Amino acid sequence: MGRFGFQGYGVPYAGVMDTYAASVANMVLGNDESAAVLEMTMMGPVLQFDSETIICLSGADMSPMLNNEPVENNRAIHVAKNAVLSFGKLNSGFRGYLSVSGGFKTNKVMGSRSMFKAITGSFILAKGDELLIDDHVEAILKKNASIKMNYKYLYSNIIEVYKGPEFERLSKNQQDMLWSQEFIISKDNNRMAYQLEQLLDNDLEPIITSLVLPGTVQLTPSGKLIVLMRDCQTTGGYPRVLQLKESAMNIMAQKFMGNKIRFKLI
Amino acid sequence: MTFNLTYKPFGARAILVEWPSKIDVLILKDIIRFKNTIQENNIKSIVELKSAYNSLLIIYDTICRNFENEINLLKTIYNSHGLQYDSLSTLWKIPVCYDVCFGIDLEAVSVEKNLSKDEIIKRHFQAIYTVYFIGFLPGFLYLGGLDEVLHIPRKSTPRLKIEKGSVAIGGNQTGVYPIESPGGWNIIGNSPITFFNPKSNPPCFAKAGDKISFKPISLSDYHDIKTLSAAGVYQLESEVIRD
Repeated sequence: MGRFGFQGYGVPYAGVMDTYAASVANMVLGNDESAAVLEMTMMGPVLQFDSETIICLSGADMSPMLNNEPVENNRAIHVAKNAVLSFGKLNSGFRGYLSVSGGFKTNKVMGSRSMFKAITGSFILAKGDELLIDDHVEAILKKNASIKMNYKYLYSNIIEVYKGPEFERLSKNQQDMLWSQEFIISKDNNRMAYQLEQLLDNDLEPIITSLVLPGTVQLTPSGKLIVLMRDCQTTGGYPRVLQLKESAMNIMAQKFMGNKIRFKLI
Repeated sequence: MTFNLTYKPFGARAILVEWPSKIDVLILKDIIRFKNTIQENNIKSIVELKSAYNSLLIIYDTICRNFENEINLLKTIYNSHGLQYDSLSTLWKIPVCYDVCFGIDLEAVSVEKNLSKDEIIKRHFQAIYTVYFIGFLPGFLYLGGLDEVLHIPRKSTPRLKIEKGSVAIGGNQTGVYPIESPGGWNIIGNSPITFFNPKSNPPCFAKAGDKISFKPISLSDYHDIKTLSAAGVYQLESEVIRD
């Protein structure tokens, strides 16, 4: 999921932060893997359904309720017309996903429905917004699926990484620090990047602006480590010391301020 | 001319190719030649290619099981000399209004450089710039060729909001902010044209290897062009030049 093929124009991939949870939410409903889902960060919204449909929730456990009755993550839920979906306490993870049968039918811009300010104008839903969905009553009646999801990743603090292009420029001591130290997620964390609290002594020269990807870990001149996420820029000038494995991106996406992580070399 | 390149895996499904670490038009031409040759080869597993000053990133559709094979294939392509350097390039003439109502840092730059505002503006619009790549923001052109006299440190505290179209200098670079954004460069003017339009294909008129020059315009021309540009009917001037 995301906006592919436009990196050369400076357009970020965007797309869901946790691809695993989003694909589970779609899979349960038999949706196309790339069907648009709603990403909910830390707190869920209150949503009223103007038509009957079938939904699935995945990722963070945000105590979901349908018409004030608790419902479960990772299973198909029949939703009647005018039903209200709401959320409560965040029990695990940080980002939840809502899929609807057939996917959300928002506008496609540059081949994708992913919201990103410079491309789609808005990037967050506001009170009163309406989202278009399919009206598949026939399909709803037949579906009663659920899936055994591997929840462990929501609690894992091990971030698997490859060496980044400038890793070998680090001293032995700096390299050891990366593997031995526990890092805390700072308050500066969003869809573009997660900054880490602990500083690494840094005497590396800056690099000539080069290429980065979601999952690239940059080391700033002040010694700060920045983990780039899905909305990251296409280029960057800080040394790239690590690169997250795809599944580690999903673990990271479920972390928030104060959470601890450790890097592990694959 | 060929360079000594290094090839490194970058994550599980990308290969980073690096040229010598400097900003040089010959390197840019070689990167573009290599990129075009890879595209001509139409390798199905390659889904995206992006380049910067001295690097090219080749992104594959799935995890590379054998990086050595992929790297060897890329080396063969690089040495095939299938395509020559393109000696023609497009020169885009970007209208810029250097009025002080836009050039909010002109005065400070003038003091710092001990040059008149007119001299700064002249040195900025008389140069021909090379587009090295697009990055930072959608449609932000990384340009080489700023007059050395205009090299100036970035502002110590970046501004939280820089207007769309702002023309700025910072370090040894100049550029135009295609959308409103935070930024630390010194603002000397504003361009009324659209640098990035998600509804156009391609979304940006310029590409790596193109040339840019700035054409000074009056405040009233600025407003006329802005209106035409917003309506999608402004015709940006360009010509094909031989390097």
